[in-house]
This record gives sequence, C-alpha cells and structure tokens, in this order.
Amino acid sequence: MKDFHVVVLIKPSPDIEKVKFDTVRGVVDRSSAPLEINPFDLNALEAAAQIKEKLGGEITAISMAPPMAEPVLKDAIARGADRAILLTDKRFAGADTLATSYTLASAIKKLGKFDLIICGEKTVDGDTAQVGPEVAEHLGIPHVAYVSRIEGVSKERLLVVSDMGVPYLMELRLPGLITVTKDVNKPRLPTLRDKLKARKTKIEVWTADDLADVADVNRFGFSGSPTRVVKAFVLTEKKRKGVIFKGEDAVDKLIEVLEREGILR
Amino acid sequence: MSEYKGILVFSEQRDGDIHPISFELLGKAREIADKKKCEVYSVLLGYQMREKAKELIYFGADKVFLYDHPLLKEFDVINYKQNMVNLIREEKPEIVLIGATPLGRSLAPRIAAALKTGLTADCIDLQLDENGELIQVRPAFTGNLIAHIKTSTRPVMTTVRYKVFKARERDLTRKGDIVEKEVEIVEDVGVRVVRKESVEVVNISDAEIIVSGGRGLKKPEDLKILEELANLLGGVVGASRPLVDEGWISKDHQVGFSGNIVRPKLYLACGISGSPQHLAGMRDSEIIVAINIDPSAPIFNVADYGIVGDLYEIIPKLIEKLKNRKRGVKG
Ligand SMILES: Cc1cc2nc3c(=O)[nH]c(=O)nc-3n(C[C@H](O)[C@H](O)[C@H](O)COP(=O)(O)OP(=O)(O)OC[C@H]3O[C@@H](n4cnc5c(N)ncnc54)[C@H](O)[C@@H]3O)c2cc1C
Ligand SMILES: Nc1ncnc2c1ncn2[C@@H]1O[C@H](COP(=O)(O)O)[C@@H](O)[C@H]1O
Repeated sequence: MKDFHVVVLIKPSPDIEKVKFDTVRGVVDRSSAPLEINPFDLNALEAAAQIKEKLGGEITAISMAPPMAEPVLKDAIARGADRAILLTDKRFAGADTLATSYTLASAIKKLGKFDLIICGEKTVDGDTAQVGPEVAEHLGIPHVAYVSRIEGVSKERLLVVSDMGVPYLMELRLPGLITVTKDVNKPRLPTLRDKLKARKTKIEVWTADDLADVADVNRFGFSGSPTRVVKAFVLTEKKRKGVIFKGEDAVDKLIEVLEREGILR
Repeated sequence: MSEYKGILVFSEQRDGDIHPISFELLGKAREIADKKKCEVYSVLLGYQMREKAKELIYFGADKVFLYDHPLLKEFDVINYKQNMVNLIREEKPEIVLIGATPLGRSLAPRIAAALKTGLTADCIDLQLDENGELIQVRPAFTGNLIAHIKTSTRPVMTTVRYKVFKARERDLTRKGDIVEKEVEIVEDVGVRVVRKESVEVVNISDAEIIVSGGRGLKKPEDLKILEELANLLGGVVGASRPLVDEGWISKDHQVGFSGNIVRPKLYLACGISGSPQHLAGMRDSEIIVAINIDPSAPIFNVADYGIVGDLYEIIPKLIEKLKNRKRGVKG
C-alpha cells in the first residue's frame, strides 16, 4: 500500500505582539517583527505529526512567502515536516485569497500525491479563514472547516468534530482538506535533535515557472487578485468614558452608573 | 459586467430556523439596493421551508429563490455550493452577501473559488463609493488594522459579521415572489454529518450581558462567583483564552480572536489584561467595565468604567449589594 501523504499549508506571519503599525500611513511595518509560523498553523503541523505517528507516511509543508521566510520552513521541519517547499517569486506578490489559494493548489497538483491537506483556521495577519476552503475547491476535494477534534484516522477517511457554533461529528473521505482550530491539540516544542535535523534539511524553492505546466500563471499574484485594498488605517479605539472609581464607595458608584445606563432595573 | 444586477442575500438555516444574520443582511441589502435602484433577492436552501421563506420577504427581499430537497436539510458544503453557483450563474447578482458565521465562512470561499471571483471576509461595514461601487470594510491584523476593499470581478462577494447591521421591522404587508428552483444533487460528496453533538453550549454572541473572567482568577472554582454575578445581572459568563486552554471552562465561553466575537450591552471584564486578541472579540460592546488590580492594564484604555482593585474583594461586595438592592434594602 502507498505511503500516506499529508500536506500542511503554513503561512509565515509576523508576531502580532511585536509588529509595529505606522498610524500615519496606515501600513504595517513588516520589518518590525520577524516572520514566524502563523499560530494556528502550529496546530495544523501538530495534527499532521500525530496522524503520521498512527499511519506512517510523509509530511510536506508548503508556504507561499518572500525568500526571507526560509527560517520559518526550517522551523516547520523541526516540528515534524519531512519536506518543505517555499513558493517564492515576484509574480506571486500582491496575492489576495483567490490568487493565494490558486497558487497553493497548483503547487499541490505539481506534487502529485496527497491524501490529506491541513490548514490553520485563519491567519493572524489576513484573518480571512478563506484560503483553506478555496484550496479545496480548486482541487475539487471535500473539506471540513473549524476542526476542533480528530476522533479517528484511517488511510481512507477521517472522523472529526467541526465547531460550527454547535459541534458536529463529521466524516471526511480522503483525499480531503481540514482547517483546524487551536483546540485540536497542544503543539509540542521541537527538541534539540529536531532542530539539528531541520538545519540539515534543504528547503526547496519553487517559482512561478516551476508551476507553469500545471497552472495559468496569470492567475498568480496581483494580476490574479480581484480584491484590492483601496484604503487602510490603524484602528483607533472608540472614545470611551474612561471613568475610574476608587475607594470605599467604588462599588456603589458602579451600581449607580449601571442603573443610569439602564442595565439594572 | 453591467449585466450583473441586484443583491443576493444567502439565508442561513439550521434545523429549519433562519439565522437572524439573514435578516440583518436583508436590512443592509435593502438600504444599498434603494440607493442603487436595484432588487434584493434571497436564497434559501433547505427542506420544507416554503412558509419560512415568506419571512425573508417580510424582512426586505423582493424575490426568494427556494431550493427544497431532503438532502439540503443539513448543511452540505458541496451541494450548497453547487446550487449557489448555479443560481449566481443564472441570475447574475452584482453583490452576494453571506453571514460570517462558521457555516458562511466555510461555504462562501468555495463558491468564490468556483466562480473565480473576489471574496472579502468578515466585514463590519459596507458602503457605496461615488460610482456606486461597493466598499467592503473589514478588520485585519488581529483587528489592529481596518481595510477598505473593492472587488473588480462580479459578483462582489462578502461575508458580514453578525450583529453589525440592524434588521428592519418585520413588515407583513410586503409582497414578493417565492421562486422554486430545480435542485441539483451531487451524489457522493465525500463529507457527511454523522451527528450533532448533544452538548449544552452557551450562545455567547447573542448575550446582552457578559461577565468575563481572566487569569486574574486563581482557581477554576472561582468562576462560580462570576457565575453568581452573571445570574444576578441576567447575563452569561465569558472567559479569556487561557482559562479555556487550561480546561477551566468550555470553548463556547471564550471571547476573542480565536473564540467568539461579542457585542453585548454590558461587558464586564474581571482580571483580564486586555490583550489585542481579547480586544478583537469585545471592543464593540456597548458599555465596557473593567475590574483589574493593575491600574496600567490595557483593558482600562477601552473601558467606560473601571475599578482598580482586587476582584476577590470587589465582586463579592458587588454581589452583596445587588442582592440587597433586589430585596429592596439600601446601602
Ligand atoms: C493566535 C492567538 C489567538 C489568541 N486568541 C485569544 C482569544 O480569542 N481570546 C483571548 O482572551 N486571548 C487570546 N489570545 C491570548 C492573548 O494573547 C492573551 O494571552 C490573553 O488574552 C491573556 O488573558 P488574560 O487577560 O486573562 O491574562 P493576563 O494577560 O495574564 O491578565 C490577567 C490580568 O488579571 C489582573 N489580575 C491579577 N490578579 C487580580 C486580582 N486579584 N484582581 C483583579 N485583577 C487581577 C492582572 O493585573 C492582569 O491584568 C490569543 C493569542 C494568540 C497568539
Ligand atoms: N501564503 C500562504 N502560504 C501557505 N499557507 C497559507 C498561506 N496563506 C494562508 N495559508 C493557509 O490558509 C490558512 C487560512 O489563511 P487565511 O485565509 O489567510 O486566514 C492558514 O492558516 C494557512 O494554513
């Protein structure tokens, strides 16, 4: 029987805690924080690692990102990926979710073999949660989003709990795609040995030309992106009253305002 | 491109009930359509929902496309997508609005990818520019950035956050057509619901009053005092992520970027620092009250009212006074 092959899609994203925003120009200073694995994609990698422990096989991590994202893919290797592919090319730049998902799906087609694709729930910079289901559509495979538990795995199907407000137990036939929430597992930290292995593993770099035989290159990047940001600004918090109550009668004062605001009747 | 006309609202149903977001979207669609002088359509996929379809007209639709089939009763992402794609190809709406619920956010990207059109996620406002083009307003970067987005392909597809728009008054005199459409069923879609898990979940995004606890709590049992306070106020208990990750409380209570987005009348944050990821879930609450021992906690930057102090002193006092107040005792 053939080896079970899991593809994990990993977005190199800035650490939101550290990244600086230019309030005047309404842009993100991307040099202010190094790239790291999007936090939800750590759960995706861990899910893949746990499935591999059961079924054996191979894990491939794929990212579409600038060349500076290479260390992020090394980290993916340290966390369980056997192989890592960085899709990087000026022609991929400026991609919205449609172009991103098309590019990632094209790379998966190029790989040729896969049984399961795992994505994070969403990214901390894009916040869209769209790329996963769009990849599934491009590849014509079923998907289950918001997976919060993996109940059972075999080479043919997956039994998962999907958190759709109410949890649903779902069966997914493979090949298929899931997007996972942070509740699906607790990602392990890589050991020193894992890190050493990662250091020795070469990251494969693919460009638009490498995908030309399986894809329409016009659908990559800016030219393949129907949505455009026409304006962006750093969020300014709504003006709040900011009244602080202190001392003995603070609680009484709070009750008073809650009455005045119509909360207490 | 100009052959694309009208606004199509996807009506989400679960167990035969229409999700309130569908009515909110109809309200906004009506407003945009009146400016653009076009029609509002709604689409409902389900089983034996003809009576319910009338509601969509009462709330603002001019025409409802009804897809009625036993296999559409439960959410089936492939068959829902297939019939939505068929409808959009036939009717060519200029704008398609879908609720940014988990169902909507799982379905919309498949439709958009199939149609090769743009999709904007989780919008908090929709505007028209001077040319009548849709501007989609959405947060990005964990809520730190607000972006205005335009789409060059048709239809323009958008998922919209729950509770940002108001539904119109239900108007029983409104007239409209219910058009039954032929259902296409894809056999063997490869994914199926085994069962709905029978666990109690709080619907925190519908709550008017939320009393939330964070890492300022010392042990799981202490959530009981928040529960008591929430009961007195007629609200529900929320939590920051660490309490959920520690297993103190279930995920349906979690507020924030990786939990639920809430907009209650009152959000009372107890022992919560106010991280960007937490604010992303509650910053649009009507009134925010914070109780925190640290006067420099960022939560105070977004609070209308705050008490600097130990929650273990303040909350029992608050509970006692609220009880007395109920009994009609002063002081
Ligand atoms: C990708 C990602 C997603 C995330 N999603 C979420 C999310 O959805 N929701 C969320 O909440 N977090 C989320 N987080 C975590 C977030 O970054 C913070 O770690 C978390 O919100 C902190 O929770 P807290 O405020 O309860 O704890 P802390 O930051 O530790 O704050 C505890 C507060 O309690 C106060 N305190 C201590 N003792 C007392 C006392 N006796 N009386 C009164 N006050 C007291 C302290 O002064 C402090 O301000 C996410 C993080 C990441 C990376
Ligand atoms: N550029 C990218 N490279 C690899 N995977 C991505 C990329 N963008 C998004 N993804 C995957 O899609 C998920 C959802 O991303 P998003 O739609 O941006 O919220 C992420 O958690 C990743 O698994």
